[in-house]
Parts: sequence; C-alpha cells; structure tokens
Amino acid sequence: MSTLTMNKAATRLLIDNKAFLALALLVIVSAALSDNFLTVDNILNVLRQSSINAIIAMGVTFVILTAGIDLSVGAVLALTGAFAGAMTASGLTPWVGVPGTVAAGACLGAISGAFVAFGRIQAFIVTLVAMTILRGAALVFTDGRPISIGTTPAADLFWQLGGGYWLGVPIPIYLMFFVFVLCWGVLHHTRFGRHVYAVGGGEKVARLSGINVARVKISVYAISGACAALASVVLTARLGSAQPTAGTGYELDAIAAVVIGGTSLMGGRGRIFGTLVGALVIGVLNNALNIMGVSSYFQMIAKGAVILLAVLLDSRSNSS
Amino acid sequence: MELKGIEKRFSGVTVLEGVDLALYPGCVQALAGENGAGKSTLMKVLSGVHQADAGEIWLRGNKVRFTTPRQAMEAGIAIIHQELNLVGGLSAGENIFLGREPRTRLGTVDWPRLYRQAGELLARLKQPIDPRAPVAGLSIGQQQMVEIARALSLDAEIIIMDEPTDALTGIETEILEQVVAALREEGRSLVMITHRLPEIFRMCDSVAVLRDGQLVHDGLTSALNENDLIRKMVGRELADRYPYEPPTLGEVMIEVDRLSAPGVFEVSFSARAGEVLGFGGLMGAGRTEMAQAICGDRPIQAGEVRIRQQPVRFASPQDALRAGLVYVPEDRKQAGLLLEHSVADNMSLAALPAFCGPLGLINAGRERAAVAHYIEAFQIKLRDMHQPIDTLSGGNQQKVSLAKALMTKPEIVILDEPTRGVDVGAKREIYLLINELKRQGKCVLLISSEMPELLGLSDRIMVLANGRISGEFTREDATQETIMTAAAHSEAATETVTP
Repeated sequence: MSTLTMNKAATRLLIDNKAFLALALLVIVSAALSDNFLTVDNILNVLRQSSINAIIAMGVTFVILTAGIDLSVGAVLALTGAFAGAMTASGLTPWVGVPGTVAAGACLGAISGAFVAFGRIQAFIVTLVAMTILRGAALVFTDGRPISIGTTPAADLFWQLGGGYWLGVPIPIYLMFFVFVLCWGVLHHTRFGRHVYAVGGGEKVARLSGINVARVKISVYAISGACAALASVVLTARLGSAQPTAGTGYELDAIAAVVIGGTSLMGGRGRIFGTLVGALVIGVLNNALNIMGVSSYFQMIAKGAVILLAVLLDSRSNSS
Repeated sequence: MELKGIEKRFSGVTVLEGVDLALYPGCVQALAGENGAGKSTLMKVLSGVHQADAGEIWLRGNKVRFTTPRQAMEAGIAIIHQELNLVGGLSAGENIFLGREPRTRLGTVDWPRLYRQAGELLARLKQPIDPRAPVAGLSIGQQQMVEIARALSLDAEIIIMDEPTDALTGIETEILEQVVAALREEGRSLVMITHRLPEIFRMCDSVAVLRDGQLVHDGLTSALNENDLIRKMVGRELADRYPYEPPTLGEVMIEVDRLSAPGVFEVSFSARAGEVLGFGGLMGAGRTEMAQAICGDRPIQAGEVRIRQQPVRFASPQDALRAGLVYVPEDRKQAGLLLEHSVADNMSLAALPAFCGPLGLINAGRERAAVAHYIEAFQIKLRDMHQPIDTLSGGNQQKVSLAKALMTKPEIVILDEPTRGVDVGAKREIYLLINELKRQGKCVLLISSEMPELLGLSDRIMVLANGRISGEFTREDATQETIMTAAAHSEAATETVTP
C-alpha cells in the first residue's frame, strides 16, 4: 500500500464525509478554546451523551433513506421507556425486559409504517399523529408521574445499561457502536438494505424490480421504533426512572443528525456512518459550549447555526 | 407567419433540420408525421418554449425571436398542449384569465368583470360551461374548450393544437370541428397536430409532413389521399439496419386471453419460445398499459394470462419476476433505473435473491462478477461499475436496463420502446441482443413505435389502437402502410379481426 493510495483514500473519505470534516474542525476549535475538552473523561462523556441521539438517529436514517420521515421517535421513547421502567420495577429481569421493550418499539413503528404504506398518507402526517397519540399514551400509562425502576436485583442490572462501565468505558457507548455496526451491515451488505435505498431512489423502479415496497416501508418504521425503544432503555436506566415527558424534541435532534450526516431528505442517498458523525457533531457542540460556560439560550442559537452551515455545505457540494 | 430553416438539436441529436413552414390567416394547417418526427418540437419552437439553434421566424413581415412562452403569447400565438395546462381547483373563468385577471382601481381582482368576460368567451364557443365551475369537474372536451377560450381571450391570431382530439369522445370531436371552422371564418390561423388521418382531411386546408426532423411535404390536403399521406409519413426504406434471423419456434410460452384493464380492452394473443412478437400502434394506444397489466403492475379487470398453459394472476411485478416474466419499462428515468445510484446497484437490483445467502446477506464477489460479465457481454462503456448511472449515455443506460432484466433469468421478456433516446449505433447493438435472446429460446414481446424497427425485428406483429387489438400481421404481410392503417383506423380495423 503506497502513501499515494493512502492519501487518495483519505481525501475520498473527507470528500464523502463533509460531516466528518465538520466534526474534526469542531474538535480542533474546542480543544484550542478549552484545556478541559480533550481529556479522556470528557471524550467518554461526549460519546455517552451523544449515544441516545445517535441510536435514535440511526433508526431514523432508514426511514429518511426511503424518502419518509419519523416525527414519533421522541414519543415512542417516552412510552417504551415507561414500559421498561414498569417491567423493571415489577422485578422482571432485563434479559426479558429489554428485548420486550425493543419489540414494543418495533411494533409501534410498524403501525405507523402500515399507515404510510397502505393508507397512502404522508409520513409527516402519520408520524405527527403517532407523536401526539403515543405521548398521550405515555402520560396515561404513567398517570403523569415518573416510574422508578426500584432497587431490586433486576433494577441494578438494568441500571448498568445506562450508568455502568466495562473496561472503563460507559455501556451506552458500546450499545451505540453495536447499533452502528448492525445498521451498517444491514444497509450495505444485505438485500433489505439495497431495497431501502431503491425505495427511496424511486418507488416505481423498486416495484418493477420485484421489490415489495410496502414491506420495506413497514420495516423501516419498525427499525426506527426499535432504535427509539433501545434509546429509551439507556435513558431510563441512566435516570433510574421513566419520565412521561422524556424525549420531547428528540425527533428534531435525530433528524438534524441524519441531515448533518449527509443523508438526503428526498431519499435514496446517504450513509449510516454520516448519521453517527452527525450525532457526534451535535454532541461535541453541546459539550464544548457547556465547558465554555455559554448560556443554554445561546447554545440553541449556535446549534441551529451549525446545522444550517452543515446542510448548506452539503447541498452546495452536491449541486456542483 | 413564416418559419425559415428552423433547426433544433437536443444534446447533439438533430431533431429539426431546415424546416420551412408558412401559416396563413383563415387557414387550418395540419402537421403530420410519425412519433418522434419533430412535430411537437417544431410547435414548441414556434411558441417560445424552445429556442431554435438556427433559422428565423417572421411574423407579419417582421423578424421575431421568442425566448419565453409569454413573449409568443403576447405576439398572438397560443398553444394548446396535449396535456392540458389548467389548474384543476380554480374555476373556468380564473383559468382563462390566469395571470391577467382584470383589476379594479384598488388593484384587487374585478370578479364581476372576469366572470362576465369569461362567460362571453365561452358563449362564443357555444359552450354551456359555467365560468364559475371548477375545471376539475369538467370533461376533457370541456377543459379543452376552456383552453381555447383562453387563446381567444389573448386574441391569438395563431392557435396551435397538439393532438386535440386524442382524449375526446365522438360528439366532443364534432363540437371541436365546429369551433375550428368558426375560428377559421374569423380569419385566425390554426395548426393541428394529429395522428388521426381522417380528421386531417375533414378539418384541414393544407398538410405538412415531418419525417426525422425534415419537412418532406407541404401542400393542399385536397391534392392527396390517405394512402399518399401514409407513404409520405413513413417514407424510409428498410435497410439491413435490422439484422433479422428466422426463429426456431418452441412451445407456447404465454397466452393472453381477452385481457381487460384500465386502458386495455379484451386483448388476446399468444407467443412462443424463440419468437419476437411485435406490438405496433400510436402513442397512447394502450400497449404500455397492456404490458403493465400482464406483469402485475396494473389491476386486471377481466380475462386471463397463461404461462406454459398455467393460468397466472400476478399481484405485483415481484410475482411476475418469480414466474420468469420481466418487463423493461419504456420510461428509463422514472420506472427503469435509479439514476443517482451506481451501475452495479441498478443492474443487480431485480436479481438480488440470486446473490444472497442466509439472512439476506449479499455475496458481493458473486454480484460483482455477474455485473462485470454483463458489462463485457453487452459492451457497456463506462469507467467503473460504481459510477452513477446518469453519467452514462442513453444507449448504455438502456443496455444496463436490459442486463438488469436478463440477470433475473427470465423466460419471457417484455421490452417497451427499447431504443427510445438511443443513438443509431447502440440501437443496432440492442437489436443484436434481441436476436441473441431469440436464439436462447426466450419469448420476446417487443413494443415499439418505430415502424422500421418493429418490421425489422418482429416475427409477427400485433397492432393496438384505443386499447384494442386492431390488426395482426405475419412478417410477410406486414408493411409500414398496413400497420399504419391498422393503427390509425381503429374502428374499421377492429371489425375485420373480431372473430
């Protein structure tokens, strides 16, 4: 392997991943502005803080690749978080409770997906409705109060998923990378992944190519729901309780991460690696602004500006 | 008005070449020609949609140049497109004055005046249309009248109609004829683009014929009969551009029995292995709809399809593919290929199950090998198989489309306009591929609007008109004239073939 091909590969990586460039830039600037930024503790902290958004956003990536949108992930997170909390509080082992929670999230997503696929209603409307209904359902289920996971042995094990460490690294970071590898494998190395891209690239083409478009659509919303549910496990475990209002506004952070990562809202184009990087961009930005003591009001403005900048960069380079 | 030496090229392909045409007041000019002869392009040049690459337009003794449709409109040229240009949710009156609404002194729309004037225009056309009625609720014929009223409101001297009778019922066509006659009386100049030969003789004073972008005839309608006109339209001689090979016929692969679907009425035919069955007809004759119905992409209302004597009912193209029937659509950009995606991803998309192991994991090595095989066999010119397909020429894109279909190892292949937008060299390569399919014993259903191609490749030819079979010809009987006659004379021909 010559240095030339190495360089070419590196350049290619940067061109393909403008989000990665943005992330590198952000890290350099943050490190220059604050001595506390580039410490092992803080890096792990950023990764852990980003993990929830990253897990949700990777699920939403599937939906957006089919030219859909999922606004319901925040509400799915609240409701499935309540399920997880209640199951753990009742003493159920997380070995059953967590898969159960993820399955519940997948079912909730599949219902939205079915309305998109068969009801021929726009995804925006379907998932907006789902967001409202599921948020309400979460409030009904919890009676508007937090559900504590309790102090049973099951709860201790459950808590590890949010607050535990393995080899000095927080468990949520492992979960985030596990989801990343799984999503990457599915999208780039399976028939289903190709079908996701094909449906987003052109439904008519996909149908004539023998793809069951409805099944693909239902599946992507199910994946999005499952990822939101897994994120709810991390959040509930970390807090030690399920909050009925958890996840409010998370759908927008997730969509922002997907878009910063270079996935087209028109569908058919984008990559899961971009989404992971996009979630880290948002995470680093929040973290750096916190360290520098910028008020949370200004943080929102800064976040918006960075998202705008990233998307602008992407659309300019694509049109040229 | 006069057109002199008009030339137009689209991405290097000459569509119009040195066309001269004069229009006179009080005269109805017909513009005839095969599909793709350049009729619509010529009218778009005239009405400012396209700009000519060479040539001049003279209007009442002045040289003019239109860069936008609006300029042509203001100069008194109105065009009524085949696909009507109306806003469905707005009323007839609003559509007639869209963008030119009469204003009150305050600058708001003067609704009473708008509807009064719209009513007057519609009354002049003797149309009982309420100017306040939403256009979406009107029949196609009435909508066309609204378009004509709009042309009148512009006080257009020149009115161009592109296939005005295509979507009309018999009665509506008669009304249109009366309106055309009335407009001629008023001294307006009209241009009619039409496939329907009898209409040319009934409604038009003179007829111009375009063939391959050149004007091959211009003269009084009364100097010709229908057969002369057909001969002028098709003109060309069959060269050995079409490398025909006699078939080795096998068993009957597909039988279609009185198939009806939206746009398709009681179509029956059968085809054997090793046979190329051609489907001729005019644009909109229902051939694409028929293909969609057969491959499960359009609901079947009645009738039956049998493959190897087994009745089949495909709910989706997926079922058809599994049964060994593949459809290569005419519209590459919308239905055939994912333009932003790579050549390899496109080519293997329909055949992915063949490359998949457990869990749907794709064996990338086998996939790449298969793609490379077809790139080599079809001589597809490209840099590498991962480049986006829209960077390929039309001919190479079409070859990828064919490769994509053949990768599924089909028994029956439906090709819908396989050489549309493909240059001459690549066309021949595609013809050779079709012959190769034939040799391999596949059953090929070939839909083509290019008459010489149809005659040059098919073993047998069915002609469709208005969604029905209007003629069936053996290779020996088929000539451009007989096919054109069957395609254009739907009613008469249907009677002769109905058993």
